This record gives sequence, C-alpha cells and structure tokens, in this order.
Amino acid sequence: MISMNLVKREPLPPWVKIIIPFSAIIVSLFIAAIPILIAGGNLWKAYGSLFFGALGNRFNLLETFVKASPLILTGLAVGFAFRSKFWNIGAEGQLYAGAIMATIVGVYGTGISGPLKIIIIILLAFIAGGFWAAIPAFLKTKLKVDDVVTTLLLNYVMLHLVGALLFGPLQQPGSSWPRSPQIAKDAFYPILIPNSRFHLGILISFIAVLVVWFINTKTLLGYQSKCVGVNIQAAKYGGIHTGKVILLTALISGGLAGLAGAGEVCAIQYNLIMDLSSGYGYTGVVIAMLGNLHPLGILLSAFFFSVIEVGSQTMSRMSGVPVYITGVIEGTSLMVMLVFLLFIEYRIKWSKS
Amino acid sequence: MIQEIFSISFLTGLLAATFRMSTPIILATLGEIIIERSGVLNLGIEGTMLFGAAIGFLVTLGTGNLWLGVTMAAIAGMVLSLLMILLAVYLGVSQHVAGLGITVFASGLSMFIYRIVVGSPTVPPTIKPFVPIPIPLLSQIPLIGPSFFNQHALTYLSWILIPVVSIFLFKTRSGLRLRTVGQNPFAADTVGVNVNLVRSLSLLVGGALFGIAGSFMTLAHQNMFLKDVIDGRGWVAIAMTIFGNWNPLSGALGSLLFGFLDAFQLRLQSMGMKLPFHVFLMLPYLITILALISVSRNATVPAGLLRPYRREEKGG
Repeated sequence: MISMNLVKREPLPPWVKIIIPFSAIIVSLFIAAIPILIAGGNLWKAYGSLFFGALGNRFNLLETFVKASPLILTGLAVGFAFRSKFWNIGAEGQLYAGAIMATIVGVYGTGISGPLKIIIIILLAFIAGGFWAAIPAFLKTKLKVDDVVTTLLLNYVMLHLVGALLFGPLQQPGSSWPRSPQIAKDAFYPILIPNSRFHLGILISFIAVLVVWFINTKTLLGYQSKCVGVNIQAAKYGGIHTGKVILLTALISGGLAGLAGAGEVCAIQYNLIMDLSSGYGYTGVVIAMLGNLHPLGILLSAFFFSVIEVGSQTMSRMSGVPVYITGVIEGTSLMVMLVFLLFIEYRIKWSKS
Repeated sequence: MIQEIFSISFLTGLLAATFRMSTPIILATLGEIIIERSGVLNLGIEGTMLFGAAIGFLVTLGTGNLWLGVTMAAIAGMVLSLLMILLAVYLGVSQHVAGLGITVFASGLSMFIYRIVVGSPTVPPTIKPFVPIPIPLLSQIPLIGPSFFNQHALTYLSWILIPVVSIFLFKTRSGLRLRTVGQNPFAADTVGVNVNLVRSLSLLVGGALFGIAGSFMTLAHQNMFLKDVIDGRGWVAIAMTIFGNWNPLSGALGSLLFGFLDAFQLRLQSMGMKLPFHVFLMLPYLITILALISVSRNATVPAGLLRPYRREEKGG
C-alpha cells in the first residue's frame, strides 16, 4: 500500500510567502468558476462585470474603498487577536457594539458639537467594541471558558440586543420599523473626496493599518502578544503576564471592530439598523488569514474582498449569477490559502509500506 | 398573563416546543461529540447545518419526499466533511481556520444553490413539512402525552441516538478506539489503530448528523428555507459539547435547556409580550454562555483535540 506522509521541507525563499495569497486568490477564482458555469453564467462576462463593477471607473473604485474600510478594520481586529491565539470570531458583535455607541452619541449627544463629537464617537466606539471583546478574553483567562464559542455566541447576543434596542429605547419615534433616529449632521464623517462617499472612516482604517503594524513590531505589547500566541507556557515562564496581554490584545482587537461599526453608522447609514453589517466580522476572519495576520497583507486582502463584494453586485445584475458567490469565493480562498501555507513548510512524501 | 403561563395548555405547548426545538441541537451536539472525541474540532458545523437545511428543503421541494430530503441533507453534510477530512485530518492544517473556512464556504454555497434553483420570488416557496406522530396510548396521558409522545420522527430519532452514541463511545471496542485516538493518538497508533481513518469516519458520521439537524429546521420546524434559519445553533451545539463534558447524555440535557429557552421565547412572542421580543431571543444564547462558564473550569478536553496527527512528529 502506498501511504502519504508530510515531511518538513527546506525553508523556501521569502518571496514565496508573498506570492501565495495571490496564488490562493487566483486558484479560488478558478474553483468558483465551477458554480458560476453550473449556474449558466458566462465566465468572461461574469468575472468581467465583477472587476469592472469594482474597479472600472472612478465611482466604482471609490465605492470599493468605501466597502474596504470596515473590512480592513475587522480584518485587523481578527488578525491582531489571532496573533496571540485569542480566537476572536466575535468581530461582528464588536462592530455592532461600536455602532450602538456611535448612534447614541450621534443622536443624543446634543451638548457636544463640531469635530469634538466625532472624536468622542471614535473613542467611545473603540471602547465599546473593546469592552465586548474583553468579556470573552476575561472568561478565557480567568475561568478557562473556550473563547471560540463565547465570541461566536456573543455575536448573537449582540445582534438581538441591537434588535431589542431598535424595537425599544433607540427606536425612531413614530416609526414601527427597527431603526434608530438619524444621527445629528455634525456626527456625519466628513467626505474627503468630493462627489463620492470616500469618507473619514476610510482614512481611519488606513491609519489603523499603520498603528497595528507599529504595535506589532515596535512595542512591548506587540512582542508579548506574539509570544503568547507562539507558546503560552513559554511566555508564562518567561515572565509575561499572559492574562493581561490577552486582555489588552482583546481590547485593541474589539476596539478596531468597534471603529468599523462607527464608520458604517456615521458615514453610510446615518442611523442604526439591524442589517448594518453584511457579515463583515466573519469576512474579517478570512481576510486576516489571507493576509497572513500581517497588517499590510490584511489591507491588501480586505481590498480584494471589497472588489469581490462590490463587483458581485454588478455581476449579479449583468449575468444573473447570485451575489452569494462571494461567500463561496471567500471560503474557497481561505481553504486554498491554508493548504498553500502548509506546503511552504511541508512537502508530500509518498512511500510504500 | 401570569395565569396564562401556568395553564395546562400553555405548559403542554411549552414542553412540546422544548422537545421540538432541542432536536436539532441534540443531533448536532451528538455529531460534534463524536468528532471531538476523536480529536477534531469541527467549526464547519454552522455552515454544514445550513447546507443540510438548504439541500433537504430543495430536494423535498422538487420531489415532495421528506425522507429523501433528510437523506440528501445527511449526504450533503458528509460531502462537506470530506473537505474537513482533507484539510484537518490528512493535511493537518489549523482546525479552527479550516472549520471556519468550511462554514463561510458552505453558507455562501447554500444561498447560491437556493437562488439558482428557486430564483427570487416575492413569496418564498414552501413544502408540506413533517407532522408530529402521536404514539398510540402514550400520547393520551395528560401533559406528558401531547408534549412527549406527539413529536416529529426526527425528534424520536434524536432521543434514540442519545443512548446509541453513549453506548457506542463507552461500551464498544470501536468507541474505545475512537476515544483513544482523541486522547492519545500516538498510543492508538502504537496498538495498530489507523488514527486518520478513525478521525475521518467520525467526521463523516458527524457531518451526516449536522446535515440532518439542519434539515429539521426546514422540513419540520419550518416549511421554508431562510438565510438565518440556523441562527447560531451550530455554535450552540459546540457549546453544549463542552457543557456536556463530551458526554452524550449531559450534552443532550444542555440541548434541552437551550430548547426550553428557545420554546419559551417563541411562546412569549406568540402571546404578544410588551417587551421587545429580541430580549427573549437573546436569552438562549446568554444562558448558554452562563452554562459554559459554570462548567469550564472542570472541563476535561480530549487531550488530542486540535492536534493533527503526523507519525514523524512524535511528541511534537
């Protein structure tokens, strides 16, 4: 019988690591071609309209930036947490925590005005998201409760909390729909490029990329967070206060997701609704992995998935392929990426036994 | 209102709904327990359940045959398990990420296939769902009869499976092998157990159960397919696996707790409570987290969980 074994291979040159996310994307587009063809779509027309819809002209390109902003932030949130093996799959809930805060300040913060209001919104949204992520981190470090499950379940708690608020105290007076009143005009994120929706939040997400990169490479927390991720026992023996590191990591991670929520409220919807996020928190997981948990990689993969999400709307209109193909492409590219990452370290050895 | 809550008919309805709503959780929890006992965490569960819900619904919509729908949902679950087998068992990549990848993939694919088949009609198509099967005589007993002995076939199946899985895991040689693989794969290998084969089989059985659990939502609980029909029940099953300490009976009891809260929430909604019903929708998830907190310190996680098995990396 022939058996398959994986054996460690000689280290590959560093450029291989850089090209594999791109190869993973290309491979996943080929795989996603199968359901598109089965759906009766014309592949050239489908992918052509997808990329045109996302990049084809000034308007589409800027819209792709708009969509990229929350994806960058949730991607960073997940990536920063995963680096320390804090399995934060709760960016979706943390996003809504930030969105609730932004809405409350935006609607009821009548005492504050001007740019100060936006600064307060950003701060409070960050804190709210961080707080929501700190709960599972606290439960993990103090009570050994599995973080995967708590972060996931808290997403549903948060979603129903938003529902309760929107049918309750935050509901727009006189409306029977689950939506909040509109936020005040001075809580709107300023538009940075005229005649578009290119807003302050996009700039914030780019700054966040730099900040996370800085934390990762230049600060003690970034170093300790990585140590905890690589080997928590060794980190403990090395004198790292692992509980504190995980908690801080969670605060920053959730805070980043909270910023995404503030951006969606203050620059896109101008009020809180239940469908504020189209699963940005979950897409963040895919983005973080495809970006290899590196801020720059996350930026690039967030942009790629923004292209897919924006372009798929056009594709759906032009060629009738349902927009849900995005989930197929996202999931496929994540799995392909995992396999590629594996084969950087290992090679297959066939042996007779 | 209080009087209404304590009436016999309310209690009967509540109990019946408790058993009904716990069915998908019990099935999925049993599947996840089998898988985790062999050393694999399958976070593909949520997407696999949605896939089962979609395939089961579409097959029944096309053929009118409910059991064919359930069968195809089970097969659909097993097909997705093949992905997990390839990624997490034979290639040994991160189980967390592989599972999440499958969930993202399967969720997208479920909606994609549904749209391809059904299109976008203004009113979603429906099927004629399973009807409860009253058990002769026993269903005549007051309170217990209509709630316990007038259930869906799949609910009875889930009850039968609790002792079956329990006996399999703890009283049979194959069950012992499976648990050894999850506890200490190197020891299992030494005594001649094919670690990766056992894990693959566990994933296949578990995947079938996930698929059936999903199909319960579209073929019995409801009669249509909606995007959020699973609504985190896969994650709840993972929580119940831990809550039950990887034990079928305790896991099922936890599932009943969730089912009860879910049923309570549905009942209150139908009575037209003044409080926003989302407060009650939140409750099952919140209590599940509290339940997890209460047991986590004493949880005995299968020692080989999350560890890919590679013979060359003994002790690695």
